[in-house]
Amino acid sequence: MTIGRTRNHPAYWAFLVHRISGIALALFLPAHFLALGTALEGEARLEGFLRWTEQPWVIAAEWGLVCLLAAHLAGGLRLLALEFLPWREWQKALAAVAAGFALLAGLVFALAR
Amino acid sequence: MTTARAELVLWAAQRVTAVFLAGFVLVHLVTIVYAVRGGLTAAAILARTHASIAWPAFYALFVLAAAVHGAIGLRTIAAEWLGWRGRGADLSIAAIGLALAVLGLRAVAAVAA
Amino acid sequence: MEHLKVDVWRGGAEGAYQSFEVPRRASQTVLDVVTHIQRFLDPTLAYRFACRVGMCGSCAMTVNGTPRWTCRTHVDKVARDGTLRLAPLANMPIVRDLVADMREFFDKWARARGQFTPTRTRADDFAKVDPRSAARQEADLAIECIGCGVCYAACDIVKWNPAYLGPAALNRAWTLQTDVRDGARAERRRAVEGDAGCHACHSLMSCTELCPKALSPTRSIAGLKRQSLRSLLGVKEKA
Repeated sequence: MTIGRTRNHPAYWAFLVHRISGIALALFLPAHFLALGTALEGEARLEGFLRWTEQPWVIAAEWGLVCLLAAHLAGGLRLLALEFLPWREWQKALAAVAAGFALLAGLVFALAR
Repeated sequence: MTTARAELVLWAAQRVTAVFLAGFVLVHLVTIVYAVRGGLTAAAILARTHASIAWPAFYALFVLAAAVHGAIGLRTIAAEWLGWRGRGADLSIAAIGLALAVLGLRAVAAVAA
Repeated sequence: MEHLKVDVWRGGAEGAYQSFEVPRRASQTVLDVVTHIQRFLDPTLAYRFACRVGMCGSCAMTVNGTPRWTCRTHVDKVARDGTLRLAPLANMPIVRDLVADMREFFDKWARARGQFTPTRTRADDFAKVDPRSAARQEADLAIECIGCGVCYAACDIVKWNPAYLGPAALNRAWTLQTDVRDGARAERRRAVEGDAGCHACHSLMSCTELCPKALSPTRSIAGLKRQSLRSLLGVKEKA
């Protein structure tokens, strides 16, 4: 049985991306805070942790997180526009713009890293 | 915390923190890209956060907004996808929000000291 | 002659799909198919229809996973591989076979205060509402709802949140919130706020995507959200 039109349209995908990225970021945050907290034990400890992040899989994961963050931000701005600005009919375009922004952010990060 | 009015306040709080986070996240994304150019070192991070009280202040606000925003988001997801509602759920979510805030502020203190 | 393989839900909450073979005809609608089954293959099949010309919304059911009006759904458009899967509307208890129990759907309509509350009597002059005014145009965009239940069946928030009033009830509430004649707007605003009301909507827009009358409940619900936030911030409503 196909998914059909009920869940197979841009606004639904936008919702899924926004929710899943939110969950991922919420799970990541404690780890992020704990990692930075190693600085409490001195700069060398934080530096040691940063060396560990130089591994390829960690760099790839970081890139993923930056994309998720950008996607969640873009999707969130789209929602704020949907809910609080006067209604516009080009909702699909908003979703596309949000996706574009997220990809752009990911690209910029990949180039910088 | 189950009256309709209270739920409205939570929903509004999530939108308000979202607006602040939009600004914070943009700054954070730009900072990340700037910081990872040529490699990330603890010394560079700490030099930045020690340079002025503005950075720790910024991150502290960021942490608080993220903790509130994330906790309210997780509450909705727990209710919709896990069917977890009611007093127990609300208290647990509040605890998660508090834990995020504590861990985050600890991390801010770690890099500000 | 070509045949369609049609799997039809039989039973209530407990039941199973039963397969039928239905002759395929030019310009056939899904309602034609269901009618054929009931008339010539199995008279015990229960299903709803009335106008059969796309005006009443009674024939709404789930066709290949999507809620639609069967009288307005051409078989050619949905039976890509010669098969059809028919079930009653989702998110509603099943009465029998293809018939859904719409009582809660309409109860939620009432809970959202989807009824007009007058402020004038027959002794007063007519209310004068300019159809070109912004408020009336907003109401007119949403007013054509006939309560078919497709949006409610399509909404995942209804599925995940049993208390959620749903797109149809909230859409109707919006038409009254933008009606300058209505006298219960403050109470209605309270009736539609909270996790059971407009704030549970995540703008999935399946309702807007599937509404057979091209309405946008998402748009109406966004209006309710704005009104509710303004009231929280203490901003006075105009008129």
